[in-house]
Amino acid sequence: MIVNGEEVTREIEGRLLLVHFLREELGLTGTHWGCDTSNCGTCVVWLDGEPVKSCTVLAAMAGGHEVRTVEGLERNGELDPVQQGFIACHGLQCGFCTPGMMMTARALLDRDPDPSEADIREAISGQICRCTGYATIVRSVQWAAATEAAK
Amino acid sequence: MTTIENDQKPVGHGRMLRKEDPRFVRGRGRYCDDVQLNGMLHLAILRSPVAHARIVSIDTTAAEAMPKVKAVVTGAALAEQGLAWMPTLSNDVQAVLATDKVRFQGQEVAFVVAEDRYAARDALELIDVEYDILEPVVDVRTALAPDAPVIRTDLEGKTNNHCFDWETGDQKATEDVFKRADVVVTEDIVYPRVHPAPMETCGAVADYDRIDGKLTLWSTTQAPHAHRTLYALVAGLPEHKIRVISPDIGGGFGNKVPIYPGYVCAIVASIVTGKPVKWMEDRSENLISTGFARDYIMRGEIAATREGKILAIRTNVLADHGAFNGTAAPVKYPAGFFGVFTGSYDLEAAYCSMTAVYTNKAPGGVAYACSFRITEAVYLVERIVDCLAYDLGMDPVELRLKNLLKPEQFPYTSKTGWVYDSGDYEPTLREAMRIAGYEELRREQALKRERGELMGIGVSFFTEAVGAGPRKDMDILGLGMADGCELRVHPTGKAVVRLSVQTQGQGHETTFAQIVAEEIGIPPADIDVVHGDTDNTPFGLGTYGSRSTPVSGAAAALVARKVRDKARIIASGMLEVSVADLDWVKGAFQVKGDPGKSVTIQDIAMRAHGAGDLPEGLEGGLEAQICYNPSNLTYPHGAYICVVDIDPGTAVVKVRRFVAVDDCGTRINPMIIEGQVHGGLTDGVGMALMEMIGFDEDGNCLGGSLMDYLIPTALEVPDWETGFTVTPSPHHPIGAKGVGESATVGSPPAVVNAVVDALKPFGIRHADMPLTPSRVWETMQGNHTPPI
Repeated sequence: MIVNGEEVTREIEGRLLLVHFLREELGLTGTHWGCDTSNCGTCVVWLDGEPVKSCTVLAAMAGGHEVRTVEGLERNGELDPVQQGFIACHGLQCGFCTPGMMMTARALLDRDPDPSEADIREAISGQICRCTGYATIVRSVQWAAATEAAK
Repeated sequence: MTTIENDQKPVGHGRMLRKEDPRFVRGRGRYCDDVQLNGMLHLAILRSPVAHARIVSIDTTAAEAMPKVKAVVTGAALAEQGLAWMPTLSNDVQAVLATDKVRFQGQEVAFVVAEDRYAARDALELIDVEYDILEPVVDVRTALAPDAPVIRTDLEGKTNNHCFDWETGDQKATEDVFKRADVVVTEDIVYPRVHPAPMETCGAVADYDRIDGKLTLWSTTQAPHAHRTLYALVAGLPEHKIRVISPDIGGGFGNKVPIYPGYVCAIVASIVTGKPVKWMEDRSENLISTGFARDYIMRGEIAATREGKILAIRTNVLADHGAFNGTAAPVKYPAGFFGVFTGSYDLEAAYCSMTAVYTNKAPGGVAYACSFRITEAVYLVERIVDCLAYDLGMDPVELRLKNLLKPEQFPYTSKTGWVYDSGDYEPTLREAMRIAGYEELRREQALKRERGELMGIGVSFFTEAVGAGPRKDMDILGLGMADGCELRVHPTGKAVVRLSVQTQGQGHETTFAQIVAEEIGIPPADIDVVHGDTDNTPFGLGTYGSRSTPVSGAAAALVARKVRDKARIIASGMLEVSVADLDWVKGAFQVKGDPGKSVTIQDIAMRAHGAGDLPEGLEGGLEAQICYNPSNLTYPHGAYICVVDIDPGTAVVKVRRFVAVDDCGTRINPMIIEGQVHGGLTDGVGMALMEMIGFDEDGNCLGGSLMDYLIPTALEVPDWETGFTVTPSPHHPIGAKGVGESATVGSPPAVVNAVVDALKPFGIRHADMPLTPSRVWETMQGNHTPPI
């Protein structure tokens, strides 16, 4: 598969989950694992441009496809506006949900550069954060949208 | 004393952005499960499928024969090494692996060590355990019945499920007040069992080095130093040969204070195999077996005059502690700080009696931002005060304003012996009313009631007690609740500060740099904060009970002042004047009356390490350490107002607005405080409306995964409205009080009060959490039953 633009080849067990493949085979530990029922979304990555919960995808199913993780958000040493927004608006505390939240936020803004607050809340509603109470996450995404619009 | 002022630059560097964020937004945090060591093995735990049963036999033959499996260990094997039981933080014992019988569903029975986590899980399936099922004790209300099965047969001579009794206040004086009161209100109030459920579960990587006999343990612990000492006492390893590393933690919320059997299993496995061993529990294991929160069944009684002057509060509590008393609380406080149930009011008398019992459930009790049971205390008082308002036909805000403590009463000694440090309550409540537009909300509600719409306004006013605590009466298993701090200034004026507390997202790496920067004049960017490594940080008790700012924050300020005192002497030598002739202007010492003659802290640091003489008797270097023993707790307070709308057809509760005004004294970083408050308010909405760890009659846990244990998403919570007042703590070096748990403590009663207020047309005075649509619907039909 292509992970963050680089081709990787591994021999794996058929049952290996994508989240474990990314974390343990590739050492991309930014993607987290927070539940066992596909509710929390700390494992969200992109599969062919769509946010997916990587705990609910077999690594083998992603074979031949493109995967993008939080480690692939930064481009040419510059943080993505979503990453900048999370810092500027205090959209994270313990940081455990952050990678998944940012991947979803990036996908949302690519689809809709000017989302309403309700749009943002709905977009991240498949993901749980225990620290922030969500308000600053919403503001972080709005900050990123405004910054991109200003460019 | 209260001020409402521009909060852009209160202390240090105000809303400084976080030092932690650059690594987290890049996926470069280092959490426990990210630790990979050469040759590392994986551990998985076999758990009991039943709540109460005798273990007849365990057959591990098939599991041991599996490829990739390195070891299978049962309780019997641990018992041979004297490790089958471990002490809890409440001086009880807890089974590491069950030997005689299992006492709750999800209890640890055996473990497997294998080459990878999938193989370890496979092997669990092949362990064959024969159980002789026993009747479980599920409902705490029947646990003390004479014919109830005895859970703790391991305790010698134990013939019932009684855990402990506790009381506080003056029973006789309280009875006398109740006898002469115009109005007495009684209500049964349940705070159901919930779970902190941090996004990162608990786990550990144990690495025992056979050559030098040293154990290194990465683990999800909020109290690495206390854990090190306990491991030394449990495992018999010398303490200098144990290094506990608490890496980045994906949230703790009190869940990561206790020592869990999994940690001990990982240590044993590493010692047995000679290899590093990783244990990471999954979400279901976390929910069913690690520290729960609450589970207090309270009878609240309040006595008052007809005009609404509150005279006394009395309560009787039945506390469900599960199968082992694992409550994390100072030794002399088996019910934590529940004694602050008198709240923010000036009473004539108060009394509480409590009985704690064992049931066939997981251990815990103190967790989820409870500040040692203050969640329960505040819920009781704020609910019963609302019940009184209901009976008197008074507005709940008016009733509170009539009874709040006055600023001149501080320091105030409560009727249960707590000395509140400072408070100016009325302006805080007025500020919340101003933000909410309280009068307008009541008018809106009146109009809606006429139309049959259900709108509720809930108020809660709370006084917290955080910052445990004075070592003369607060310790965890003999370890005094003080905190160390070390500050070292390098020759070029950069600094490192080492803490004994442990952030789990609260921003310590940022705010402690701000505290030190303020005191020593070095920019926070030049100050690194080190924590979570017992080999490299001073001893202290860790982060929980919102104690970091009150205790460790005080230590950080004082250690910086200690360094500054030495810097002053060095400066006097450099400027050739006496120390008395120097003024400290942040970052430099200046000769009085001659501002041109000054030396910066950076100049002084170089001199301290450099060539040339220092003033007589002074050692080189510029550093200090301290161990801060607080003289009292800090008592932050807050006023919360919640507005809910209830759909009369579906009974779905929607939190429309939530206003939170907090007063935690001096504010170190307002941005971080607001984030703490937002998170806590979400906890409160979750507990009030959604969350519960329930059990069926067989003792099966009904909240054992995120399918059933519901946590608010972005759709269930509103955008929060926060405000603040500032009433500093007089005994704290920078006037700062703790705040992290305030919102979790203060918000559930506001939400419940709002829901009950909305249901007023139905003649409802009380309803128990969690106020799910089905529970609210039943309440509306007059069929409200307390939760089990």
